[in-house]
Amino acid sequence: MLSRVADSLYWMSRYIERAENNARIADVNLQLLLDLTNPSEADSQQQWDPIISSLEENELFASLYDKPDGKAVIDFVSLQKKNPNSIYSCLTLARENARTTSEQISSEMWEQVNRLYLFVKSDSARKMVRNSPYQFFSRIIAGSHLFQGITDATMTHGEGWDFIRIGKLLERADCTSRILDVKYHILLPSGETVGGNVDTIQWMSVLKSCSALEAYRKIYVGQVAPWRVAEFIITHSTFPRSIRFSVDHFDAALHQISGSPETNYANEAERLSGRLRSDLDYVTIGDIFKFGLHEYLEQIQERLVEISNAMHETYCANSALENLATD
Amino acid sequence: MRDFFSDYQIGDFFDEMFAGPGVARPHYSKLFASFKEMEREEFERKRALALSTFLTQGVTFTVYNDDQGTERIFPFDLVPRIIPADEWDLVERGLVQRITALNLFLHDIYHEQNILRDGVIPKQIVWEAAHFRPEFMHFDVPRNIYIHICGTDLIRDKDGAYLVLEDNARCPSGVSYVIENRQTMKRAFPGLLAEYRVRAVEDYSQELLNVLRYVAPNGKSEPTVALLTPGVYNSAYFEHSFLARSMGIEIVEGRDLVAQDGKVFMRTTKGLKPVDVIYRRINDDFLDPQVFRKDSGLGVPGLVEAYREGNVSLANSIGTGIADDKAVYHFVPEMIRYYLDQDPILPNVPTYLAAVKEDLAYILEHIPELVIKAVNESGGYGMLIGPQATKAECERFREKIKKNPRNYIAQPVIPLSRAPAFCDESMQGRHLDLRPFILYGEKVTIIPGGLTRVALRQGSLVVNSSQGGGSKDTWVLEDESSP
Repeated sequence: MLSRVADSLYWMSRYIERAENNARIADVNLQLLLDLTNPSEADSQQQWDPIISSLEENELFASLYDKPDGKAVIDFVSLQKKNPNSIYSCLTLARENARTTSEQISSEMWEQVNRLYLFVKSDSARKMVRNSPYQFFSRIIAGSHLFQGITDATMTHGEGWDFIRIGKLLERADCTSRILDVKYHILLPSGETVGGNVDTIQWMSVLKSCSALEAYRKIYVGQVAPWRVAEFIITHSTFPRSIRFSVDHFDAALHQISGSPETNYANEAERLSGRLRSDLDYVTIGDIFKFGLHEYLEQIQERLVEISNAMHETYCANSALENLATD
Repeated sequence: MRDFFSDYQIGDFFDEMFAGPGVARPHYSKLFASFKEMEREEFERKRALALSTFLTQGVTFTVYNDDQGTERIFPFDLVPRIIPADEWDLVERGLVQRITALNLFLHDIYHEQNILRDGVIPKQIVWEAAHFRPEFMHFDVPRNIYIHICGTDLIRDKDGAYLVLEDNARCPSGVSYVIENRQTMKRAFPGLLAEYRVRAVEDYSQELLNVLRYVAPNGKSEPTVALLTPGVYNSAYFEHSFLARSMGIEIVEGRDLVAQDGKVFMRTTKGLKPVDVIYRRINDDFLDPQVFRKDSGLGVPGLVEAYREGNVSLANSIGTGIADDKAVYHFVPEMIRYYLDQDPILPNVPTYLAAVKEDLAYILEHIPELVIKAVNESGGYGMLIGPQATKAECERFREKIKKNPRNYIAQPVIPLSRAPAFCDESMQGRHLDLRPFILYGEKVTIIPGGLTRVALRQGSLVVNSSQGGGSKDTWVLEDESSP
């Protein structure tokens, strides 16, 4: 497969996943606001700030809106063209990448990406964001799921599919870690001393952002405790949005591409992802809290960036290729 | 009851559908009957269906110098253009004859140049042509084929006779619309298509792939074929990607290729992979910055060297631009007589060459009555339609022609045939042309029909998509006598 195409497939997939995650976070936060009855707690700025910081776009946001209320945040996250991570921008970029690879992906996949793009560009999307943001976000999430289903059902499960899978899972691991990180910051500034009903609701919202509340409940019946939430979201081995699951599976996909056994590594990307994978396999939530949850999550994000870079270097950068050619 | 065609005006033109007011030609009678019965809502529903099909499939082209959403849908008209079997048979024979002569001409021009020596074509017409590549004199192309893919534009005059307007022998585009239009019509008019026996167009991609494989270097049996595109911002990108997908080959940009030791490779995730045949949708000028335009970022340095060494084949070959130069076009009927000893089946439009002294005088005197064209332009650019131009525009062209006569030709205004198109809420006569696509490989294959382009602006004679043109599905009917 062409290096450029592999790169584009990877980014197409990352951007769709990013759009979905942004929709999730915004959606859950919208619902959360409705649950907070105490007006001071419902102070919107406090509730929406974390969303903006999870996107790492605080300055841009401040420069675009006078009043940082819910409306502004919803606009910023959904259709703001100037925000490079808005759902609109993500889907535009996903579609650009799909367009340059449209002979590689199935026409059904292309049509689905294109449909999502045409939707966020349309007037009806604008109206929907204004009148019923919940409906808008659901449509984005469902659109992303449909894309994943179409991908699995219509594309050969070969190299291109593996790059798509890696993009999706790497982005998911990154987003999940950010969701957790941001909430941790806000809710537990001084260790485990904070408690009470509001926190439970807040932590439930963290789980909901990852579509994880129902799965969590089946395992930890009846209690939503911060450290358990963190444990579930970071280390659960079979829940498909946990960090560990995402890392396990993109590591497997990397090996699928190179053909090397998962017990070994054939390139730098595999070495790094293998190391992260085994860390997550063996770490306990006790270790993580000792190390510092925030520090731990930040480190994961850095390591994901390293893996992404190493992968690019191995498969897409030209310098590496000239060397391969002389083999 | 009033129907779609109650108020239709045939005008003073050859009408594809009507022989007289309210009298459809025989091959249009079923369509006429079906539209007579069709409810307005039903038609609107079909139109909406067609539009949404094109939109979701991303069947778009890019308009240059337009910052408001650069992608546009190529306007599509739902009334098909129908060509009966015997008419198509004539066109097909004419096109086979023409491409055969053009390929013989190119071989001759790049070798012995007999046709110049025998005085059939004036020497300076060729030597001064912008797209003549003297660097490739005495270079042998694989299987001796220069033009593998040709798009020849046909028009019909007042009497319905087919004339050749121009040949596109470099990188003709539009074939993807032929196939997409048919897909759309299958959804919108399944019943009508079933009633007519319409020849299929879907196997174009397979035929194209056969041609590309046929010209592989040294007759290699399992060659790697790739399509070279200028990139996603090119106006025909949709087509490039469509063709690559339907042939199952890679679509590459210049940066995906690297030439080393006289060979061309693609940069893949598994290292460099050799490429044997390149279907290039980039003009000669941009192919290789080491040989042609130095500022080309689209090409591949070293590609031409690999081509010269016979390690990679290009379709079309380098230098075919001389064959679609509009001054050389004038001599194609002579070429047919010269190389094939046959009379041309499809005539040219009468053409005056500003490069010829007597013609120049005539042109300068009659600008307001003529169509003036720059010899190397296409897409409706660089042309003047005398009768529709202002005095100032005519003057500007007069100066341009005087300054550089070799660069201009002139033709009388042909009253192009018309066919009904749905415009401004009713059926109206609109001018059209036809671009069949001709493939030259082991044999000559022509897609039945081709792209019918229609000038949707009232009175306009320019059918190009960049100038407000649209398209129609083209139905070539099976021979009724065939089983």
